[in-house]
Amino acid sequence: MTEWAYISNNLVYAAMAVFALSFVAHAFETAFAVRTPESKEVTTGSKLVQTLDYKRTEKAARIATTLMGLGFVLLFGGVIARGISNQHVPWSNMYEFSITGALAFTGAYLAALRKYDLRWLGLFVSLAALLTLGTAVTLLYRDSGPLVPALNSTWLVIHVIAAIISGGVFLFANIVAGAYLYLERIESRGARPAWLQRVPSIEVLDQLSYRLVAFVFPLWTFSVIAGAIWAESAWGRYWGWDPKETWAFITWVAYAAYLHARVTVGWRGRRAAWLCIFAGSTFLFNYVYVNVWGTGKHTYSGL
Amino acid sequence: MSQKVEVPEIGFIALLRYGWRQLTSMRTALILLLLLGIAAIPGSLIPQRITNPIAVRDFYINSPSEARWYDRFYLFDVYGSPWFSAIYILLFISLAGCVLPRSLEHYKAMRAQPPATPRNLSRLEYHQEFATESGALDRADAWLSKNRFRIRREGNSLSAEKGYLRETGNLLFHLSLILILVGVSFGALFGMRGEAIINVGERFINVPTTYDSLALGKLTNEKSLSPFEIKLDRFLAEYDPRTNQPLDYTAWVTIREDGKSEKKVLKVNKPLTFGSSRVYLQANGYSPVVTVRDSQGNVALQGPIPFLPQDGNLRSIGAIKVPDANPPVGFVGNFLPTNQRLEGQGSISIFPELLDPKLLFSIWKGDMGLDSGIPQSVYRLDTDTLEKVGLGSVKPGETYTYAEGSITLETVVPWVNLQVVKDPGKNYALLGGIVAVIGLLSSLYGRRRRIWIRETSTGVEVAGLSKNDAPGLETEINNFVKAVKEGR
Repeated sequence: MTEWAYISNNLVYAAMAVFALSFVAHAFETAFAVRTPESKEVTTGSKLVQTLDYKRTEKAARIATTLMGLGFVLLFGGVIARGISNQHVPWSNMYEFSITGALAFTGAYLAALRKYDLRWLGLFVSLAALLTLGTAVTLLYRDSGPLVPALNSTWLVIHVIAAIISGGVFLFANIVAGAYLYLERIESRGARPAWLQRVPSIEVLDQLSYRLVAFVFPLWTFSVIAGAIWAESAWGRYWGWDPKETWAFITWVAYAAYLHARVTVGWRGRRAAWLCIFAGSTFLFNYVYVNVWGTGKHTYSGL
Repeated sequence: MSQKVEVPEIGFIALLRYGWRQLTSMRTALILLLLLGIAAIPGSLIPQRITNPIAVRDFYINSPSEARWYDRFYLFDVYGSPWFSAIYILLFISLAGCVLPRSLEHYKAMRAQPPATPRNLSRLEYHQEFATESGALDRADAWLSKNRFRIRREGNSLSAEKGYLRETGNLLFHLSLILILVGVSFGALFGMRGEAIINVGERFINVPTTYDSLALGKLTNEKSLSPFEIKLDRFLAEYDPRTNQPLDYTAWVTIREDGKSEKKVLKVNKPLTFGSSRVYLQANGYSPVVTVRDSQGNVALQGPIPFLPQDGNLRSIGAIKVPDANPPVGFVGNFLPTNQRLEGQGSISIFPELLDPKLLFSIWKGDMGLDSGIPQSVYRLDTDTLEKVGLGSVKPGETYTYAEGSITLETVVPWVNLQVVKDPGKNYALLGGIVAVIGLLSSLYGRRRRIWIRETSTGVEVAGLSKNDAPGLETEINNFVKAVKEGR
């Protein structure tokens, strides 16, 4: 193992430790916000409260966000070091895909945080990052190595980065749709409990999951087409019903159905959320099942 | 009498019309779309002939009765099956039936004027009234033209609309899907795909007999093969000494086309192009070059025999069949590029390069049935009717002698598997793909909206309408109002 791969591993472990601390801080903040009576002003308004340093929840929230930022920086270093060690972009197997995906996910959260007060999501984001990295280092880890010849192409950068971004946003839309379903059930029984007060209204969540899908669907289409162009030059055919291609197609069809159901037929709320989750789970299935247990030309997990 | 004839006719046409309306309805299209997704699933879980014929064969060997039932439902050929085709053909008819009339409508709408200003603007969104100097409509006209709205001016009111690109994109996207389907079908009907194993030093000529396997589209024939030749001068496979993973494959070739010769380099991801045909480097392996002599010392066979790789270290299996020897002999071979003997496992290969090559074989005597007309794998020897006469192994330069003759391993040359593909439809599919993305972008991000302004006795009133709940109209109307007020 090269020096850089060693550095990368240590940075990834360090990032995990920091994300774990961030998770604890977020959990503390969420739990504490329920008990303090004055915290209601902080949490019901959706605007960023910038002063209020004396409020203990705010302090915890700031610590949590800072830790998230630190974890991001460490993970960024880890991903870069992995790339240097490989001498190619660090997403050629499932381990590398996972650490890059976790980086993109936390990065998107931190970027969104600059504009919106999304700190209610921090608990889930830190947990998701932690779980992704945990799975990556325990189950998916492969030594850093060179690319197999078929992957040695500029399309690796284009096709895979488009797939990573689309996948991240699809899964984010799934979380939002899941939150919608959960909150809708709670609200049908009465008011929200205190700790859910600062999550946006279910109408906003409903609209948000649609916006996310509509935003990223063209990118997913592009990712599939870029994959087809690459397949044409690497394998001699642009479409061959390889399991990964088939599931990419199924995901595409499912999201196309979702968009039509919303835009043309006017689905809203529960039905739309379920369809969104169904479509997202086809993506997840593709990522997990086809990579690990599937056959075909896309089994690069190295497992 | 005539009535009796007419009634079923009307009924039939009505039925057709009803059926057509049902088929082209959004609900049906949506169901078909979901059905297409679901129908694609079995093909990813059950081995398919197009992607994994060996797994299908194994399935047949392991559970023949189940396999026959699978085959009855085309489960090994899902993507070419009648039921899968039925779904996508119905979907595309439904799509065409929906999109083509809409395109016509949209074309008319684009040429038509925006609808007249509604009588009661105060009921609409972003309604506002304010006093302004005279000439408000001219200023409004100027601002709207500058922002590329389409404008209808009638009497004391002005109606403007923008954002047709949304529907244009939407229609383009759906039409491009039809183009992709046409491209795919065109490629399948007029294309061809073939594979050939070529040893280093050998020449590939693009005629049907050179191919190991050749699949022609339904509407094309062998004459459509483009005339070209490829001579494989040299092949180099590089491997990572740490992980044994392949790093790079390079084939140096001399191509000949239209009487001109040219040196080229062929790599994975970098195919050679001959018109609409492309040649890909798909696989590689080793061919032991052997000389087989009979007991009198006459050469019965000489040349490279391609062996099939079995693992990442290129342990390869193959069969050397010598029907012309007396008696006919055959060898079941195991070739190891870097031979190592392990306790309990026998000989294995520990590296894919030729560091310490060795050919191990068993020798069989008898009629191998090569003249029986039953096709045989060139890599396997059916030993059921043969008699085993020996076991041996040779390294390059060595000769192994047995009672019926001898075998010499002269040297080892690499082979490559060339895949030749002709797909005249792929450019249409690519064009369709590009248009699809552009269409999607403008249909998902486009905003269609209207702005109205009317002069009243006290000033003007303004209102707007956003057709797809798209944000941003409020800001736009505020800018518009500012322009009308200030004359900018």
